[in-house]
Amino acid sequence: MPEQSLASIFLGACLINNFVLAYFLGICPFLGVSGKIATASRMGAAVTFVMLVSSLCAYAIHAALAAIGALYLQLVSFIVVIAAAVQLVEMVVRKYSPALFRALGIFLPLITTNCAILALALFQTSKGYGLLQCLVYALGAGAGFTLALVLMAGIREKLELAELPDLATGTAISLFIAGILSLAFMGFAGLGA
Amino acid sequence: MSNRSAPAPTSVAAMYRALVGIGSICALLIVTAYLLTAPAIARNRAELLQQAIFAVLPGAETVRPMRRDAGGTIGPAAPGEEAAFHLGLDAGNRVVGVAIEASGMGYQDLIGLIYGYSPARGQLTGMRVLASRETPGLGDKIITDPVFVGSFAGLAVPLSQDGARVAHAVEAVPAGKRSQPWQFDAITGATISSRAVAGIITASTAQWAPLLHAQAGRLEGDTP
Amino acid sequence: MSATVPGPGSPADDLLRGLWRENPVFVQVLGMCPTLAVSNSALNALTMGLATAFVLCLSSLLISLLRHVVPREVRIASFILVIATFVTVVDYLIQAISLALHAALGAFISLIVVNCIILGRAEAFAARNGPLRSFLDGLGMGLGFTLALLCLGGVRELLGSGSLFGIGVFGSQFEPWTVMLLPSGGFFTLGAWLLAIAWWRRRREAGARVQEAN
Repeated sequence: MPEQSLASIFLGACLINNFVLAYFLGICPFLGVSGKIATASRMGAAVTFVMLVSSLCAYAIHAALAAIGALYLQLVSFIVVIAAAVQLVEMVVRKYSPALFRALGIFLPLITTNCAILALALFQTSKGYGLLQCLVYALGAGAGFTLALVLMAGIREKLELAELPDLATGTAISLFIAGILSLAFMGFAGLGA
Repeated sequence: MSNRSAPAPTSVAAMYRALVGIGSICALLIVTAYLLTAPAIARNRAELLQQAIFAVLPGAETVRPMRRDAGGTIGPAAPGEEAAFHLGLDAGNRVVGVAIEASGMGYQDLIGLIYGYSPARGQLTGMRVLASRETPGLGDKIITDPVFVGSFAGLAVPLSQDGARVAHAVEAVPAGKRSQPWQFDAITGATISSRAVAGIITASTAQWAPLLHAQAGRLEGDTP
Repeated sequence: MSATVPGPGSPADDLLRGLWRENPVFVQVLGMCPTLAVSNSALNALTMGLATAFVLCLSSLLISLLRHVVPREVRIASFILVIATFVTVVDYLIQAISLALHAALGAFISLIVVNCIILGRAEAFAARNGPLRSFLDGLGMGLGFTLALLCLGGVRELLGSGSLFGIGVFGSQFEPWTVMLLPSGGFFTLGAWLLAIAWWRRRREAGARVQEAN
């Protein structure tokens, strides 16, 4: 278990090694859902919740598989559990907040193929984090994902009123914005060092 | 297509059968692949570690995995047991030094390295970075800059009078400002990565140097 | 152009359309995450592309073989099981070939399992077509993906390290554009490629319209 303070883990996952802008994870929803700030923040919240659940499950699965010496089943188990976690979140959201369920629409099941969630499980396992470190890491990753999404949405909302060459509209301009955001976030490297 | 009624829902038994069947095929494929590749992977891993160990212990001909038990006593590791560190012996079976792995936070992410330490001379014999995600072109010079990597050979790790702790931690100083044998030149433009390497080695030697010094006899006596 | 393109439904077309006409990255804009992450050198891009192609054609093949016995309700779960299996297999294969390559690609090999391209092809093609066609379709899409990765990786490595596949191109005087190796460089390069392709496509359409008008 690496000697890292919880604050450093959180900041690392949220700002320094932001899952979207530094690791290129969760790009599909990043490019797809970041049109409006309201949708972006809800998607971010949903992803954070799924990350917390998956992180816990991944920790338990890894411990169990390591105990029985079947670590080659790790990837398959992770992906199955994540799919189940997303299904669970979908059912819970549909039951307790139908308005939120309608607002998220198709994006909720899409979280299953959100590489950020699987990557979280894989990273925390390879770093050998303990249980509390895993949960803080998941919280930081989700916060960072939400931050990137909301920032992108804010910029794109403003862009709708700007004049752009029409060759660049759509994905191309989003990618250029993402590149600049990523450069900006590089300024966080070394934080807390 | 729209005036056809929806196909009858599949029975639960059929769903279970299908999933279990597919799961069995998949499990078979995974286990077969695992068994076929396991020897090659183990060979690659051992080779990589050996290469790193020989790089940080120049002059070593044989390498012996060693363990440290809960009480702090060192001894040869049993076959199959995970080694806490590695002992390097030269052609005459004399101790060249020990190779210890360590890791810690760098500029971007965790840095993993291995260093060689000679308890007899109280110095490092070499250092190699095993894993890092430092900035390409800047921080990753801790891997690519041969001058930086080479500057760890001969770096002093002096112990206090009673040998209970390290007297002076290794230190990264701006280029040209070296004045003490435990200092090395930091890489210009990669101060944080250089300091991180110093910090990792400091933390690791604080733990190992006094212990190895106190049990140096056990290292020597280990040779047949 | 239409006289020389193989007709839809022919095996040759199955193989070729993934390369250009329906290129997964440049046209369908899928599989973005690994595209950006592992394309900072041409070698990494090539390995990642080939690994994905391996998973893509084999899982398309197996899914196509199983397509009549998988109930509709559990098909996504079954697809994911099959894909995850082949990803695990390719992970071990790469480790057995070269640990250095495996370390360079990191977690992104395992992340092939959530590459939307594979699930997308399984759902759109392999689940409805025969094994040979599905295999070729998977191979074509995989090679198209590799092509896209190489376009990105080549540019990023050339400008970011002054080399291609590790072989120096520009000589020692060249001051590398380090930003190209960083995540931002990935975003910028892909954006630039999309821009270039959009421009080229528009010129072709304008040319075709001028020809029709004449």
